[in-house]
Amino acid sequence: MKELKVQPIKDGTVIDHITPGNALKVLKILGIEGKEGSIISIAMNVVGKRGKKDIVKIENRELKAKEVDKIALIAPNATINIIRNYEVVEKHRVVIPEEIIGIVKCPNPNCISNSNEPIESKFVVVSRNPLRIKCYYCEREPNMDEIDSLII
Amino acid sequence: MNFKGRDIVSIKDFTKEEIIHILDVAEKMVPIAAGEEKSELLHGYIMASLFFEPSTRTRLSFEAAMKRLGGNVIGFAQPGTTSIMKGESLADTIRTAESYCDVIVMRHPLEGSARMAAEFASVPIINGGDGAGRHPTQCLLDLFTIRRETGDIEGNKIALVGDLKYGRTVHSLAYALALFKAEMVFIAPPELQMPSEVVDECRKMGVEPEIKHSIDDIEDIDVLYVTRIQKERFPDPEEYKKVAGSYKIDMETIKNAKDSLVIMHPLPRVDEIDPSIDSTKHAAYFRQTFNGVPVRMALLSLVLGVIK
Repeated sequence: MKELKVQPIKDGTVIDHITPGNALKVLKILGIEGKEGSIISIAMNVVGKRGKKDIVKIENRELKAKEVDKIALIAPNATINIIRNYEVVEKHRVVIPEEIIGIVKCPNPNCISNSNEPIESKFVVVSRNPLRIKCYYCEREPNMDEIDSLII
Repeated sequence: MNFKGRDIVSIKDFTKEEIIHILDVAEKMVPIAAGEEKSELLHGYIMASLFFEPSTRTRLSFEAAMKRLGGNVIGFAQPGTTSIMKGESLADTIRTAESYCDVIVMRHPLEGSARMAAEFASVPIINGGDGAGRHPTQCLLDLFTIRRETGDIEGNKIALVGDLKYGRTVHSLAYALALFKAEMVFIAPPELQMPSEVVDECRKMGVEPEIKHSIDDIEDIDVLYVTRIQKERFPDPEEYKKVAGSYKIDMETIKNAKDSLVIMHPLPRVDEIDPSIDSTKHAAYFRQTFNGVPVRMALLSLVLGVIK
């Protein structure tokens, strides 16, 4: 990782290949405000082998699958590197699941999933490239440019 | 083909072959729906009719369908008399109703409500309209009407007229007509024209709809499907009057139309079709209303597994 202009971390997660300009959204989705005390490094518009990208390094936190799914919605090409004692012990690309449950709020105020019924929001993937999802209940497709504002 | 236990939530849940099968069964139901033949096909079965929103045709035709086949109906036509007023969820209402019946027909103001109900119920759910969302039985009866009136669905040039933007039942109909490879013309004012995703969907299915803004040239149209332009879509009442007036179907509109032109309307209409049309052979909208009964008879018999 010599090309990265930020220091390696001992333990935690490195999210690489984030769609350029989306690093701050990734932090927002993860609920990281910087008050946690651990070191968070952000690199934006870094030139990598496959063009520009953003990178986020989070110390002392290993991302859970559900959190990774959330990132997949705004940075579909991101890779997740789990670091333990300076070594990458796990590396995988984010995968958008067939069904996205309890992550995105339906933008339709008249959708049953926005009422008091005992259900979680549920979206199904319509296409992966470009990414399009639709509400399982009302079939409304959210505007993917505004998806970060709909993430629960 | 086995429909037993299936939910009828969206027209998109069905293949073309399945739709044809439903229409074929409906055809056999016509004499019973008309009261010319008696039937006890659904004797001993109970249909719960849960209408959380007002309805004339859908509710009455479902109840008529069930009763014409010898079945029983329980339910409500307005939620004011039920525990929903005490704050009971739809999920609990469905779980309660299903313990008293064999099939549930529902209409609810929230979009996606029928899909949710289907998740909670073990008996089949038939969607009688979910808000501005889906209304598959209307779509099926529209297809049935086109077939009965013209002999087929394929091969027709069908014009959808009026509010094509907000009326999601027209979106489902466009999808279904594309499935049958019918030629389509979307006639609407620019602000109420068919959403691009519906047009794209038709194209993907191999049908290129024609987009028009005027009802002036309808000489080559076989079926004119008219929908209501709602006043509330226009901030300026004058603008509404002007637009609604220019989409009104009257004798002048159809003077050069095909002799066989079929005019349909899901009803209720306000004044988008002049009453002078009613007495012409073109007016199919009251026959369309009747067709709701045999189509719903077919659906009830199929999902209850009495007919395969």
